Amino acid sequence: MGMTAIVKRIAMLMTPATCLLGVYIILHGHVTPGGGFAGGILVAGSLILLVLAFGISSVKQEINQNNAKIALSLGLILFWSVAFMGLFHGSFFQNYLKSHSASHFLSGGNIAFYDIAIGIGVSAALFTIFISFLIAKKESSTGS
Amino acid sequence: MNWIPAFVAIPLGAAFLIPLIEHWIKGSSDFLTNAVTAFLMGLTLSFIHQAAQTQVYFVGGWEPAEGIPFGIALVVDGLSVLMLLVVNSIAFFATLYSVKYMARYTDKGKFFTLFMLMLAGMNGVVIAGDLFNMFVFLEITAIASYALVAFGIGSEELEASFKYQVLGGTASALVLFGIAIFYMMTKTLNFADASRVIAATGVTPALLFVSVLFLVGFGLKSALMPFHAWLPDAHPSAPAPISAMLSGVVIKVLGVYTLVRIFFNVIGIGTIPALKTVLLSLGVISMVAGAFLALGQQDMKRLLAYSSISQVGYIIFAFGLGTELGILGGLFHLMNHSVLKSLLFLNSGAVVYETESRDMEKLGGLMHKMPVTGTTSMIASLSMSGLPPLGGFFSKLIIIWASIDAGYPLLGAVAVIASIVTLAYYFKLQKEVFLGKLADAFQKAKEAPVLMCIPMICLAIISVGLGLLLLDPVREMVLTPAVHVIQGGVDYARMVLGG
Repeated sequence: MGMTAIVKRIAMLMTPATCLLGVYIILHGHVTPGGGFAGGILVAGSLILLVLAFGISSVKQEINQNNAKIALSLGLILFWSVAFMGLFHGSFFQNYLKSHSASHFLSGGNIAFYDIAIGIGVSAALFTIFISFLIAKKESSTGS
Repeated sequence: MNWIPAFVAIPLGAAFLIPLIEHWIKGSSDFLTNAVTAFLMGLTLSFIHQAAQTQVYFVGGWEPAEGIPFGIALVVDGLSVLMLLVVNSIAFFATLYSVKYMARYTDKGKFFTLFMLMLAGMNGVVIAGDLFNMFVFLEITAIASYALVAFGIGSEELEASFKYQVLGGTASALVLFGIAIFYMMTKTLNFADASRVIAATGVTPALLFVSVLFLVGFGLKSALMPFHAWLPDAHPSAPAPISAMLSGVVIKVLGVYTLVRIFFNVIGIGTIPALKTVLLSLGVISMVAGAFLALGQQDMKRLLAYSSISQVGYIIFAFGLGTELGILGGLFHLMNHSVLKSLLFLNSGAVVYETESRDMEKLGGLMHKMPVTGTTSMIASLSMSGLPPLGGFFSKLIIIWASIDAGYPLLGAVAVIASIVTLAYYFKLQKEVFLGKLADAFQKAKEAPVLMCIPMICLAIISVGLGLLLLDPVREMVLTPAVHVIQGGVDYARMVLGG
């Protein structure tokens, strides 16, 4: 199952680095280029890399579709609740967290949390789409 | 706390929450969606007494600077309140109906997620104060409804959904193209601000081009006659509560409301002289052709779908007249048609639920077996065909009266003829489904479950009571503020931005 030993080894080396870069981009979304979407794509990409190298059966137990679906919902709910909490501070989507100096994590106020929520949502959604394609391909090839 | 954003925020939050809670507690989405739609209906009712004033809400607290809005503005005025009332009350009855009806489908959680997304999108379209947000909400509604039409995943449903997606996508592309040119032209997307810019620059070739794009784009969404091809496939294929939503409110919010808002309040119906003529002719064509096409249908839900085209034709025709009486008639007919068509689609759903057939040739004599469905359907049919003293009679009377009053007696006569044809095809529906001889295959048919009967009975009572909307105190509360908003035209800018 999966690809050759070289591909597997390189995928194992690449995955943590790619994932870490994704998380870095998500967390710095409000101050540097990129953000929740770009970072989320990288996180999902690191997982997809593993699936490509080791085959779908090896990853299925740990990160199956259901978990990805729950992560997607959680990401969306996190985004929504940060926006909704604004209602109690004056307005929907109100930026109620205090801005700090540029080097501080909360220098953009709420934006950091929106980026994290988008990151979770996008990575889960992209991974789900990828897995769905694999399953659809598997079913169509066994069916014919 | 200002509750205006709740119309979008609450169904959106519910849509995100449903997959989670449905994962842990099966069947909990029934309660959540019904609680949300009931809450939204109550919230809308609480807005009625303030319908006469225009409320503006700046999302994120971004107030306009020196009279120029640069944030996202949500606007609730008389017209929005009327539309919110229609959308949220029909949605409540549709979700109540879905609890039992959708139990036959798999994955009710997904259904309710999509339903909530569609509801959030429609409420968003109605309260959006700028063109781009309106487009985004329009797309949310449209994409959720593509998936909902295909929910049965049979070949017929998938084909209908595909057709709907292609034509809906074309419409969205045209609208987006129009918005891009509009933005280039006015340098703003806020309705009120753009209206001021257009008033200052007058009619330019770009404005005419944008008007055509919007007319075709939103015309496709509202299924006016030359752009109607998707509707007779999409509306019957969807599950019954979704058919009720699509025919009852979605085409009105996505098509009629957007057309009215942009052409009356932003561009100004008097700015482009040909506009009224175009609306009148589109309305008359849909009205007549829809009615005659409905007459020839054998599929019960297809007949209702063609009837929707015809009735939306009436509404657009009434708005095209542009007089106060015409607008009143159009809005009143819009409310009537929403309630009646939702009820008729729920009735057809009950028939399909019990007999698994929508072919009118095979059906017949169901009145004795399904008295609640039969009676409510009879009330809706009679009201829709314009039998006094039901609501549908008054709305059509006002429209015909208004067209004579505005100097179009001939078009008024055409409306009368279309109305007679309406009576004919609803009579056909009643005769071939509920009256006549009961076929042997349906001897075992029984009344639909109680949870499906309650929304039908409620809608029937509402449809009978809708005539009361014309009584002075009620009319002053609901219809008059909306008429004033449309009649006021580009005065909208002053109402929103002040000054």
